[in-house]
Amino acid sequence: MKRPRNPTPPFPLQPEPTGLIFERSRAGRAGTAVPRPLVARPATDVLPAAALRAEPPRLPEVPESEVMRHYVELSLKNHHVDRALYPLGSCTMKYNPKVNEDMARLPGFGLLHPMSPDGEIQGALRLMHTLGKWLTEIAGMDAITLEPAAGAQGEMTGIFLIHAYHVSRGEERRKVVIIPDSAHGTNPATAALAGLTVRSLKSDARGQMDLAALMAALGPDTAAVMLTNPNTLGRFETDVVEIARLVHEAGALLYMDGANMNALIGVARPGDFGVDVMHYNLHKTFSTPHGGGGPGSGPVAVKRPLEPFLPVPIIVREGERYRRVWDRPKSIGKMHGFLGNFGMHVRAYTYISMLGREGLRATAEAAVLNANYLAARIEARYPLPYGRGMHECVASGTPFKQSGVRTSDIAKRLLDYGFHAPTIYFPLIVPEALMIEPTETATKDELDRFADALLEIAEEAEQNPELVTAAPHTTPVRRLDEAAAARNPNLRYAFDD
Amino acid sequence: MSKIPEHLLYTEEHEYVNKADADDSVEIGITDYAQGELGDVVYVDLPAAGTKFAQMEPFGTIEAVKAVSELYCPVAGEVVEVNAALEADPSLINKDPYGAGWMIRLRVKNPAELERLLGPNDYATHIGQ
Repeated sequence: MKRPRNPTPPFPLQPEPTGLIFERSRAGRAGTAVPRPLVARPATDVLPAAALRAEPPRLPEVPESEVMRHYVELSLKNHHVDRALYPLGSCTMKYNPKVNEDMARLPGFGLLHPMSPDGEIQGALRLMHTLGKWLTEIAGMDAITLEPAAGAQGEMTGIFLIHAYHVSRGEERRKVVIIPDSAHGTNPATAALAGLTVRSLKSDARGQMDLAALMAALGPDTAAVMLTNPNTLGRFETDVVEIARLVHEAGALLYMDGANMNALIGVARPGDFGVDVMHYNLHKTFSTPHGGGGPGSGPVAVKRPLEPFLPVPIIVREGERYRRVWDRPKSIGKMHGFLGNFGMHVRAYTYISMLGREGLRATAEAAVLNANYLAARIEARYPLPYGRGMHECVASGTPFKQSGVRTSDIAKRLLDYGFHAPTIYFPLIVPEALMIEPTETATKDELDRFADALLEIAEEAEQNPELVTAAPHTTPVRRLDEAAAARNPNLRYAFDD
Repeated sequence: MSKIPEHLLYTEEHEYVNKADADDSVEIGITDYAQGELGDVVYVDLPAAGTKFAQMEPFGTIEAVKAVSELYCPVAGEVVEVNAALEADPSLINKDPYGAGWMIRLRVKNPAELERLLGPNDYATHIGQ
């Protein structure tokens, strides 16, 4: 039986699913009146036949009020950092301060046209130049590009830069990228997509890079080692200085995936421990929106020898003026339209301005403290095979396997407690992994609520496992058949006629 | 308890080798334990016949609801046949990993490599069974 729609505002959430926007469509309804073209020529006169549709697209016909209500209803069912904890390990889902949004919407930033001449966008160029300087300093590097759209594209940019560097030295043969199994999952994909060969290294018993295995793997064909530090176990690679020395001795370069910079910011600088190239995720460490609210931004910082290869244009300061420079013959070219996702640069600039040097350091310290507090509260029921780490902890759901409860069930049950699930089944080296990153923006009260929920679920898993394996029970849609969805994805709206 | 047939050989990465036939080719797939750990398999990416692999080189990837993993070639050799049925129905790997869920048939380059694989008892120890 379909429940009648609640006449009062939908708090708490209406439990029934929301239909698609097409279901609100009625023939002839519209939200706007499309103006008549100045030159009235039929499309058939202007476009080649191949570009013309046989029949018009079936767009939903919905007035503005209905469009707004539809998406507001969806947003009320959504889980996001403004609602509650979103402890997605390796993703740094921190709260996004609203002052960032105010600044990004200033007309002088928000309404700029990217094709404006340099003279008309001096403020924007100055902001990007300054942000670049700050990010370079935080990384302990020498130069930067703000162009890449997100972390994975930052990795791609970094690997292109490394390849260009080797080619410029007559070492095109360097085609192997060494990646530990505790690295970020996108690293091997990046290396493969860039046309290089991946060599995977097993972690040692500490959950860190195995130096003996690294020495055996390094050779004249090595282009780079891609390290995530702290790694996906949340552990700092304590041998990183020695790793950098070995990598450089072999003629290769050290790339650092900066996805976990939230643990290091203001405390340690990758450039100082031997990293040659690294990317940031502004949407993780620097509080710009993450996930559906993006877009992301993945600046790439490099040491001096790689600077000539950075994407174009770069922003150069000449006295009090700033200009874009395209004449860079060694550049790898463009990685993104214009100068990257500028709105994210404004937000990150604002975030750094609001916190300052001490504030940024306090961020990392609180992020590490929060993760360790949470680990301490849950580790009696959820063992941590590699121990506690920095800004995230990787727990295991193996104790509940005997009662038939898997980590995926625990994750779904967490939804009933009003939390987003952590990252699960990653990293692969921890069986039944729960990878939890609370970030510095969770209060102690919220950490306690989350820990209490996990401990209660542990009880449930033993006393009443069916409750957990059938979860979630309170969400608008219940347990989904993920395998069927992946095997037979149904992505098109089926019209009635 | 996962099934560990007596007549197969195994790798630490949870592939099995079936050398039941008299000729020099073997059937390769993943173990019952592996399919149980992975959960519902939704896609498997296998190489074309004729492709050659070194020992423990990745020969494909397997995608389950939980995770994507690489498949390692237990011994060096050349792929002579691929189980085309898996493209339409990857759940065969869950239902019958040692039978209809086989992945590739490989012409073994160096039979001595087979002797270095794990036997059923060693594999049972490896997975803590």
